[in-house]
Amino acid sequence: MPRLILFVPFALFLVLVGYFAVGLTRDPSELPSALIDQPVPQFELPPVQENGQGLATADLKGGVQLVNVFASWCAPCRIEHPLLMRLAKEEGVTIHGIAYKDKPQDSQRFLAQLGNPYQRIGADLDGRIGIEWGVYGVPETYIVDAEGRIRYRHVGPLMPFDLDEKILPLIRELQK
Amino acid sequence: MKRLIPLLLALTLAAPALAVMPDERLADPALEARAREISKELRCLVCQNQSIDDSNAPLARDLRVLVRERLTAGDSNEEALDYIHARYGDFVLLRPPVKPETWALWFGPAVVLVLAGAGSAFYLHRRRREVETTAAAPLTADEERRLEAMMAGGDDENNRGHAGNTGDTARL
Repeated sequence: MPRLILFVPFALFLVLVGYFAVGLTRDPSELPSALIDQPVPQFELPPVQENGQGLATADLKGGVQLVNVFASWCAPCRIEHPLLMRLAKEEGVTIHGIAYKDKPQDSQRFLAQLGNPYQRIGADLDGRIGIEWGVYGVPETYIVDAEGRIRYRHVGPLMPFDLDEKILPLIRELQK
Repeated sequence: MKRLIPLLLALTLAAPALAVMPDERLADPALEARAREISKELRCLVCQNQSIDDSNAPLARDLRVLVRERLTAGDSNEEALDYIHARYGDFVLLRPPVKPETWALWFGPAVVLVLAGAGSAFYLHRRRREVETTAAAPLTADEERRLEAMMAGGDDENNRGHAGNTGDTARL
């Protein structure tokens, strides 16, 4: 009998080690969106500000845009806020907001304090539109292409390296 | 015994803690039962090792309410489940679908079991054959002599020599 066969269990063991090692490097909280490359869901949300504009599916066509799901009660949203301001002011990226389960007056106060990077903001009072987008926590950020398809989803607060490594390069590429 | 009965009663009568709030429940018991069944299939995305039926997270509640709304609107169980699956992906299903990425998950244990079974069967078969062949062979003249010496008792020196060199016939 060839002796090599004795090494089969060891080889299998190595394969399993590799398999689990890869699995452990992945962040279990970062789920891929089921909606990647799908058109944005059908929705229409009322505005947060009295004289502002709400957000609807039709607004998300005709250019590469960012949709940021936020809430005034969400601490990580405050952390990423300066980056959204930078994206809007310095990089000229169009950002729309969905205020997830947030009272409009709270959202307004939040934006008055920290500045408003959003062009349009829809108030998702009961979180139902969040479910349409597959949102499971705030903040989440989506990149929508000119045809109104979701091309990227970022879960959790945006960090500077996310902007430089993923968000901005993808926006530039989609804008070509 | 007197103390045991209340304990047993407490253990058997204790209802599991439910996350489903009274205000979420549907009036129709059949629909409600179907809703519970679907809820148990759906993973809570916030506290990832619970079903939405077990979870107190607000999103789990929203999804439970959504499932009940869809059932009330006339969805089948399948349709209601698909609605959520389409938005949250495979991850939301506690029973993942069978497809190439999940083959390892579905068939891995069976494959390992079969391999282990085949390995053990092979090993046992070989061992039995070894035992049979050695048992069947008659003793050689040399072995015959050693056996006789052992049965007769032999002297101390010889015994000591055997203890360390059982296979060494030259010392006999």
